[in-house]
Amino acid sequence: MNAMPPLPKQRKLSLKERYAHLTRGLGWETTYQPMDKVFPYVSYEGIKIHDWDAWEDPFRLTMDAYWKYQAEKERKLYAVIESFAQNNGHLNITDARYVNALKLFLTGVSPLEYSAHRGYAHVGRHFVGAGPRIACQMQAIDELRHAQTQIHTMSHYNKFFDGLHDPRHMHDRVWYLSVPKSFFEDACSAGPFEFLTAISFSFEYVLTNLLFVPFMSGAAYNGDMATVTFGFSAQSDEARHMTLGLEIIKFMLEQDEANVPIIQKWIDKWFWRGYRLLGLVSMMMDYMLPKRIMSWAEAWEMYFEQAGDALFEDLSRYGIRKPKYHEVASKEKHRLSHEVWSIFYNYTHAAAFHTWMPTEEEMTWLSAKYPDTFDKYYRPRFECWTEMQAEGKRFYNPTLPQLCVTCQIPMGFTEPDDPTTICFRSADYKGERYHFCSDGCKDIFQNEPEKYIQSWLPVHQIYQGNCGGAEVKDVLAWYHLNFGTDNFDYEGSPDQKLWEEWQAQKATNPV
Amino acid sequence: MSKVSITLQNTDEGRLLVEAIVADNPAAEVSWMPALTKIDCEDRLSLRRETIEARFGRRYDLQELQLSLISLAGNVEEDDDSFTLAWAQGAGSRKA
Amino acid sequence: MTIEIKTATIQPRRQTYANVARRIGADKPASRYDESMFDLQATGEFHYRPTWAPELELFDARRTAIVLEDWHVLRDPRQFYYGTYTITRSRMMEATEKAFAYAERRGHVAGISPEWLQSVHHYLLPLRHYEWGANMNNCNITDIGFGSAITEAAMFATMDRLGIAQVISRIGLLMDGGTGASLSAAKQTWLDHASWQGLRHAMEDLFVAPDWFEVFVAQNLVLDGLLYPLVYRGFDEAGLAHGGASLSPLTEFMLDWFDETSRWVDAVIGAAARESAANASHLSGWAAQWSARARDALLPIATDVLGPQAEAAIDTHMADLAARCRKIGLAV
Repeated sequence: MNAMPPLPKQRKLSLKERYAHLTRGLGWETTYQPMDKVFPYVSYEGIKIHDWDAWEDPFRLTMDAYWKYQAEKERKLYAVIESFAQNNGHLNITDARYVNALKLFLTGVSPLEYSAHRGYAHVGRHFVGAGPRIACQMQAIDELRHAQTQIHTMSHYNKFFDGLHDPRHMHDRVWYLSVPKSFFEDACSAGPFEFLTAISFSFEYVLTNLLFVPFMSGAAYNGDMATVTFGFSAQSDEARHMTLGLEIIKFMLEQDEANVPIIQKWIDKWFWRGYRLLGLVSMMMDYMLPKRIMSWAEAWEMYFEQAGDALFEDLSRYGIRKPKYHEVASKEKHRLSHEVWSIFYNYTHAAAFHTWMPTEEEMTWLSAKYPDTFDKYYRPRFECWTEMQAEGKRFYNPTLPQLCVTCQIPMGFTEPDDPTTICFRSADYKGERYHFCSDGCKDIFQNEPEKYIQSWLPVHQIYQGNCGGAEVKDVLAWYHLNFGTDNFDYEGSPDQKLWEEWQAQKATNPV
Repeated sequence: MSKVSITLQNTDEGRLLVEAIVADNPAAEVSWMPALTKIDCEDRLSLRRETIEARFGRRYDLQELQLSLISLAGNVEEDDDSFTLAWAQGAGSRKA
Repeated sequence: MTIEIKTATIQPRRQTYANVARRIGADKPASRYDESMFDLQATGEFHYRPTWAPELELFDARRTAIVLEDWHVLRDPRQFYYGTYTITRSRMMEATEKAFAYAERRGHVAGISPEWLQSVHHYLLPLRHYEWGANMNNCNITDIGFGSAITEAAMFATMDRLGIAQVISRIGLLMDGGTGASLSAAKQTWLDHASWQGLRHAMEDLFVAPDWFEVFVAQNLVLDGLLYPLVYRGFDEAGLAHGGASLSPLTEFMLDWFDETSRWVDAVIGAAARESAANASHLSGWAAQWSARARDALLPIATDVLGPQAEAAIDTHMADLAARCRKIGLAV
């Protein structure tokens, strides 16, 4: 051991110095076990990393600061949750239809937060460098936070509304929830570098603004202060996660030129995968918020077209271009939400949330936001369905839909250049034919057919007898979906009946 | 030309931060939405600790930003005195 | 009367989520811990096999020899969810910050004899690497463990170990005036000094151990169960005679953390052991095997610090650990 110098006067360390001392050099260079046995997953994807220390966390967060700031966020959040419950805050939302967006969120999104927690723990264990591992571990615990705060916030809604009662069970089984489930399992079953490209970069950096920012602002606009509080509290972590997404991409690109084409392929795949998933968000924004904040098309322009231009311009110096089929997504922006809402309107009898036809006032808003498409393609359809409903012939699609093997959404999207023709694509693999909703989804399958032939496709599973029985009622029971309560139209639902009773109560007893 | 952007919560602290950002970045464009404020700025945008401290009337650690942030776009550069968002052509200090 | 009408009409339709109600009964409200812990992890209908472990499902109970009917019996007696976890740690950290602020104001760790200071450099600072190893082991449990009960608490433990590594690092920075020279020296000590190699070897073997429950027992029960009392109580007390008292407030966090976390570790292992004789046998075997290894690994460093009393000191701690194991239900 070296003799220590006499104790010097304490010097105030800068944020950078302090972080470097507290983090750098923690990593192990092993002696008794080979490095490739301790870190077995960092080479099989073909990504080459020469210097793990080149990665730096721009936020330079150490655990003392992490605990301090996160605890402060949690204190604030739970104070709001408490007061929301004590004051029956659910009575202050604009309309009970709004709660259906929360049902979709709790069953479709919250379980993804949990999956992200485990996925980041995987990378947080298996990356070699201490810096990126710590950032991944912090994200792993943040994502657990998001899952838990969402469950706690929605707990109050679950006490008063239907369809929120069994989110995990439903997430694993219900047909449309296989869209988010398969998306995340696709990422978690990939190697660590693809996982980060998929979730940190393509999802967090490029796409989640579209989920959280307009949706949460919409929650505020619709009087749901509990949701907006957890949403923004989560977003304050998200800003850190987005930064990890950009940093990790730049890190991989800077480490070796050979990484560039691999990453480009992942960006292409995960852009399209994420975009398809966000189809559910487009419907939430345009149809499920009683008071709307901005249209899906506007959000797409702001958060993908403009922000994406700046981002991919920045990355072009590494030889990265915009994701393949981004122009298809932009072509679809005036159609997406209407097509998705139509699918769900057709299959509400098998969904754990209610649908409805937009009111005249809402259709006026949709016409204004979608001047080139709404009146031409969708209004006539919606007016027809509204009429049929008035005549007691509410239209439900009685046959099970064909699903895209990749994104698992029912085939309801139209050709990029023809909004009147449903887009079908197919590919043969090992003697079987597989069907897709788009060129993007077909490409993804063809790049990794061995992965996607494993897909747990809900419709196939029903036909194979793996979902509780052959009748819709049997399948719904297997989903834990309460028939006649959770499903069908909002009009006539127990949710609506109670909501109207509460409103009447409020009117006679102003609190 | 690319815009960087930062989105903050409409809380008391968030509002003071918006004021500070506008003071330091005259080119910043501010959009108000329910519960949040989005600020866009051509190429780069900087928050200076001193400007924030003048408004808060107390010491401010830039890591406290974590409590008010909703979203951002641009490469992050943070030290004890400033928090900067920039795209490559504006940053000047980026390695190629 | 507004209030009367409100309570009469705005009745909750259900008390909690259905998955929680199936476990605790539908007629009572659930705790926040229960609502946010039960059933978070997917148990089936998986879409794709992990490319990094194609013989297994994404979450797979077969990754350990321990078998449980319901993995949620591995409850955390602290009932930590993220909110209570971070609030607890931030409070503990506030006390630690005060201790550091006090020490920093005085410019150094006052009153410690130069010989003992050398000893602190030798026994304490290299432990930041042990903590980072413990972080890896708990992160591994979070990754491949089964069920949200154990993996969520393992996540908290993962971050705890990084936090403790950073507290130790800060003690180094305090002693070297903020240059980081002490940390570089401690890393060399950890890598090269013969006294540390037993522990480093044991940790590296744990990094590649396939059974995550064995890693849990070895790391969180046995190695910590011997090292924490030895270092943070035993070595600390030995330092008192050399003016080491001013160091104690800086490592108080570790003692508090160890007392608190041991309850969780004991509850988890106890619940698994109670379920079956086969489980108890695996757990007992791991505890016995790793106890012997931990003793061998820590004796050299104990000898460096305590001299001839090391063997007796370590055997006292070994006896305490064995008693703790028996209390949990293990045969050691």
